[in-house]
Amino acid sequence: MALLARNICKTFSQAAQKSTLRTLHIGVIRQQESAVEQEGKLKCTLIPGDGVGPELVVAVQSVFKAADVPVEFEPYFLSEVNPTLSAPLDQVSNSIARNRVCLKGILATPDHSMTGELQTLNMKLRKSLDLYSNVVHVKSLPGIRSRHQNVDCVIIREQTEGEYSALEHESVKGVVECLKIVTATKSQRIAKFAFDYAVKNNRKKVTCVHKANIMKLGDGLFLKSCQEIAKMYPRITFETMIVDNCTMQMVSNPHQFDVMVMPNLYGNIVDNLASGLVGGAGVVAGASYSAECVVFEPGARHTYSEAVGKNVANPTAMLLCAVKLLNHVNLKRYGEQIREALNRVLNDGKVLTKDLGGQSSTSEFVTAVISSLR
Amino acid sequence: MTPVGKGHRSLNLALRKEFNLYANVRPCLSLEGYKTLYDNVDVVTIRENTEGEYSGIEHEIVEGVVQSIKLITEEASLRVAEFAFKYATDNNRKKVTAVHKANIMRMSDGLFLRCCREAAQKFPAIKFEEKYLDTVCLNMVQDPSQYDVLVMPNLYGDILSDMCAGLVGGLGLTPSGNIGLNGALFESVHGTAPDIAGQDKANPTALLLSAVMMLKYMGLNNHAKIIENSAFETIKEAKYLTGDLGGTAKCSEYTNEICKKIIAQTK
Repeated sequence: MALLARNICKTFSQAAQKSTLRTLHIGVIRQQESAVEQEGKLKCTLIPGDGVGPELVVAVQSVFKAADVPVEFEPYFLSEVNPTLSAPLDQVSNSIARNRVCLKGILATPDHSMTGELQTLNMKLRKSLDLYSNVVHVKSLPGIRSRHQNVDCVIIREQTEGEYSALEHESVKGVVECLKIVTATKSQRIAKFAFDYAVKNNRKKVTCVHKANIMKLGDGLFLKSCQEIAKMYPRITFETMIVDNCTMQMVSNPHQFDVMVMPNLYGNIVDNLASGLVGGAGVVAGASYSAECVVFEPGARHTYSEAVGKNVANPTAMLLCAVKLLNHVNLKRYGEQIREALNRVLNDGKVLTKDLGGQSSTSEFVTAVISSLR
Repeated sequence: MTPVGKGHRSLNLALRKEFNLYANVRPCLSLEGYKTLYDNVDVVTIRENTEGEYSGIEHEIVEGVVQSIKLITEEASLRVAEFAFKYATDNNRKKVTAVHKANIMRMSDGLFLRCCREAAQKFPAIKFEEKYLDTVCLNMVQDPSQYDVLVMPNLYGDILSDMCAGLVGGLGLTPSGNIGLNGALFESVHGTAPDIAGQDKANPTALLLSAVMMLKYMGLNNHAKIIENSAFETIKEAKYLTGDLGGTAKCSEYTNEICKKIIAQTK
């Protein structure tokens, strides 16, 4: 019955959206109720990533095995710094397009490409699947001591254009131009995504973060697009904030923020800053959405390569990604089971990794999570 | 005040261009007596001030598609990098961190980074490290004490300097200096607060500390020290604090208290 009601609501709201804004992408944060196969396991693409990624993936797999989660991973090693071992990009993106869900570690992006290419592998993957929206829900976790408490904000980042356009050239020697591209279509699309997210998740406010006082045309267009979309959501409060002020407010009073929407680079900055407030890169999960598929990956993107093989990395972020994934594919029971186990371990505070002030190893932490599964 | 979204280039930008104010220096220091969540901040952000994302070159190619150009030149990058190392040397700092995003903007930030490396070689006594902007943001809010002097392109500097100011209590407390080829300009960088204009409520600390920076720049170190100490002392005592710092004093009362301390020191 509930399912039926939800579907009717969905159809209705989609129809309404179509009529108001026909040109925009719609219906992104949708549940894939039908995706759970009755028999057999749900397939999910897995990209371990660079640095400690493969170690964290082992952590997720052990927890999944212990909880008997009906998910079958389709692993692909994708890497820009290790090109000889890397699977071809189209093979990986085809797999994600087919499975519609992916769990991904962090891909290292070197400062130099061996082929002199400007686009990073991450950019290519996002472009090939049109993963335009990155959502990072930054929330203080129980048991983690940090300066700031009760942080709860959602950072929504456009990630297919802006500063990450990889359009650069050296006009004359010693003079480099780097293009930042902002389009009305993509700005409206991400703004709409942010407002839809706010509605769906009972959020009250959307803050558009920009630098339109300096980049009057580029960020001006982004700001204007957000303002236009905001008019269609009268129940959601809409605010705007200049990015430098935003970072200052974030470190002094993060509680004023609810949902935030911003262009690519500012998203990268605010994601990391906000993650730092609640315990660091090891504890914050994120997800990248296209209209068709979702890639779950840690919210602050660091490969932590200095920790490779030391068994010290914190698997919390990756486990939370997995929890989000399970909730997304309607395996909530397993998702919440793992989340609760994780919270118990964090709350206990006896088995914590170094980044959280503990002494335990990655595998000890994972064992603790597994033995807390109920 | 820079209006959002319309009009021509900002007056701030025009001043910077006119006097070639190429480096913006913003020291952020935790003040004793004004408690924030962070009490171990002592960083200086040095920001390239003439180009980068703030080049002001933008155009709409077709309707709904805008290009903004980030301009990085070897000349300006090398200039600010060398300034950062010179600043570190002159102010007894130990380390310079180049903040960049060369993994994403491989040519432009790559050029900036190369210039920093080149400058670093001329100052072997100062430690040099390279960090990604996102890493610095992440680490700064967790443990600001790991950074010393930071040098970076325009936009990153704008963002990081405000963020660091946030760590120590906001723009009302942090001075700013713009060093140029044809002069130097010291200013407070907080908003214009039109809502409290004419009410004797504003906090003059940022402007006063900017004046202190100016005195140091002019070589009047003794005067600078006396004024700085008096201001810090007044904040530490917390008897005369303005509203933004949680006190009830008027701007003039706070100022009088500082003057009293200055007179006491110079007698």
